[in-house]
Amino acid sequence: MLNKIEGRIIVLGDNVDTDQIIPAKYLNTSDPEKLAPHFMENEYPDLAKTIKKGDIIVAGKNFGSGSSREHAVITIKGLGVSCIIAESFARIFFRNGINNGIPLIEAKINAENFGNIKIDFDKSTITYGSGIEHFNRYPEFLGKIIEKGGLINYVVSEKW
Amino acid sequence: MSKTAVEKIFSEKSGNDVKAGDYVMANVDYVMVNDITGPIAVDAFNKLNMEAKSDKIIIIPDHFVPPKDVNSAIQYKTVKDFALKYNTNFYDIGKGGVCHQVMMEKGYAAPGRLIAGADSHTNTYGALSAISLGIGSTEAGVIFATGKMWFKVPETYKINLIGKPKEGIEGKDIILHILSKIKNDGAAYKCMEFTGDIKYIDINERMTMANMTTEAGAKCSFFDTDEKTIEYLNNRVIGDYRIIKSDDDANFEKIFNINMDEIENSIAIPNSPDNVKLISEVDTKIDQAYIGSCTNGRIEDIRKAALILKNHKINKNVRLMVVPASQEVYNQALKEGLIDIIVEAGGYFSGTTCGACLGGYMGVLGPDEICVSSTNRNFIGRMGDKSSKVYLANPKIVAASSILGRIGTPEEI
Ligand code: SF4
Repeated sequence: MLNKIEGRIIVLGDNVDTDQIIPAKYLNTSDPEKLAPHFMENEYPDLAKTIKKGDIIVAGKNFGSGSSREHAVITIKGLGVSCIIAESFARIFFRNGINNGIPLIEAKINAENFGNIKIDFDKSTITYGSGIEHFNRYPEFLGKIIEKGGLINYVVSEKW
Repeated sequence: MSKTAVEKIFSEKSGNDVKAGDYVMANVDYVMVNDITGPIAVDAFNKLNMEAKSDKIIIIPDHFVPPKDVNSAIQYKTVKDFALKYNTNFYDIGKGGVCHQVMMEKGYAAPGRLIAGADSHTNTYGALSAISLGIGSTEAGVIFATGKMWFKVPETYKINLIGKPKEGIEGKDIILHILSKIKNDGAAYKCMEFTGDIKYIDINERMTMANMTTEAGAKCSFFDTDEKTIEYLNNRVIGDYRIIKSDDDANFEKIFNINMDEIENSIAIPNSPDNVKLISEVDTKIDQAYIGSCTNGRIEDIRKAALILKNHKINKNVRLMVVPASQEVYNQALKEGLIDIIVEAGGYFSGTTCGACLGGYMGVLGPDEICVSSTNRNFIGRMGDKSSKVYLANPKIVAASSILGRIGTPEEI
C-alpha cells in the first residue's frame, strides 16, 4: 500500500447500505466491470459516471450496512475508488474492504464534494479543505493484509 | 476470570485466553456459502491452490433458485460443481431451502460452535447458542482451505427479557420492539445476548429474534441453552456440542431490561427495520402480503397464517405469497394440509427460495406498490422498485392484512 494517497472527494451520507451500493438484481455477476456502472443507481443515477479512478469516498455513519455481499466492495473497487473514509462501517463491509485490499478509515470529517483530500498512513492523518484529522491505525496484521493487496495474497505469503 | 459466552467460545476456538477487543485466529466449525456469495468464495479458494476442508463446508443455493436467468444458472452451477468436486455438504434444489433454515434444521448449528457464513443473517444460529457470524466471500474461500479465520472478539450487550409476552405477541414483535430501542447500528460489532425469561419464547421465535439482530448491526447473537434448545437439537444435531453460558459477573458492555409483558403487536415501517410503530397506529392499504424467509418462513409461521386464512378469502386487491423457508417446511405444510388452506383462500404457495425477500424474483414489487412482509428488511427498493414500500410484521399480521386489504390484526377479522 502507498504510504500516502491523494484524491478527489465524493461525499455520501449516513447509512449507505449494500442494497443501495449495488441493487440485488445485479448480484447475478461478480465482475467488477459489470457491477461498477450500477453503483448507487437508484439514489443517484449519474454518480457512477461521475466517479473517476483514484477518487476517495467520504461517508457518514454505518457505511455498507445490510447484506454481506462482497459485490458492494467489488463495485466500489471496480470504480477505481482508492480509499473509503466513513464515520463508521458496518462490520462485514469492513472485513470485505480489508480483505479486498481497499483501505478503510474510520473518521468523521466534514468534506466538500469534489474537494481534494490527502491521507498519510504513516502519520495517520487526513488533510482536506479546512483541516487535519487523525485516525486510529489498524492492528498491524490488518495493515499487512491491505499492504499485500488483500487476504488471498496475505494467506499465500504467510503460508497459513 | 469471568467471561461472556462469546469470549469463552472464542477462547476455546483460538486456544488462547481472550477477551472482548482481542483479535484472534480461530478454528471455525463450519463455513456456509450460498449461490450468490459462493462463486466469489470458490474463486478465492481456487487462487490458494490448497486442499478443501470438505467436512466443514456447507453449500446451500437459495437466493436465485431455481435459477431465474442464465447468469444465476452459471452461479448455481459454479457452486454445485465445486460441491461435487470436493464432496462438500451440499443441499440441492428439492433438498435444502433458505441457507440459515437448513443450517439449523440439518443440525449444523448447535451450542458452543463457531460458525461462519457468507450471508449477513448468519447471526440466526445464536438461537441455538452457537456463535455464528456473517463474513464475506473471499474469507469464506480462505476458510474452505484453512478452516480458520481472523476475528475480533465482540463486546456483549445483555438483553434481559423480563415477564411473559401477552397473547398474540410473537418473537417478531419482541425483536422489533428491541430494534426500536437499540436502532439500526446500535449494536454494531457487538454480540446481542438474550437471557432472562426466554422460557416463554419458542425456538422458532428465538430464530426470528436472532435473525434480526443483524438489523441492529450486531456481529452475532446468543441465547442461553434450555430444554427447548435441547429438544430442538435432539434427533437432528450432527456430532457433540458443549453448552456454554456467560458468567453472571462477566463484563457486559450494556444491559437492556426489556419488559416483554408490555410489548404490543409492532410493525417496522419504511425504510428501516428500526422504524417501528404499533400496528394500531398504521392502517395502510397493501398490494402484496409475503410470508417467508429465514426470518419467518418456518412451519410454525405457516401454521399460524393458515389458522387465520381458514375459511376466508384474500382481499381482491392483494396477492398473498407464502414461501416456505425450506423443503422440510414445505413437506410438513403439505402433510398438514396447510397448503390446501392457503390456496383455497386465494394465496400463492411456492417452492422454497429467498425469492422476493431480497427483491430477487418471484414477487418483486412494482412502482409505488406496498407489501406487508414477514421478512427482515425494508430498505429502499429491497423488494423491487425504489418507490415500492415494505412493512415488516409477524406472519399473523401479514395473513390478517391479506384478508383485510390493509395492515391490520387477526382480531379485526
Ligand atoms: S431469506 Fe431473505 S434474509 Fe434470509 S437469507 Fe434469503 S435473502 Fe437473506
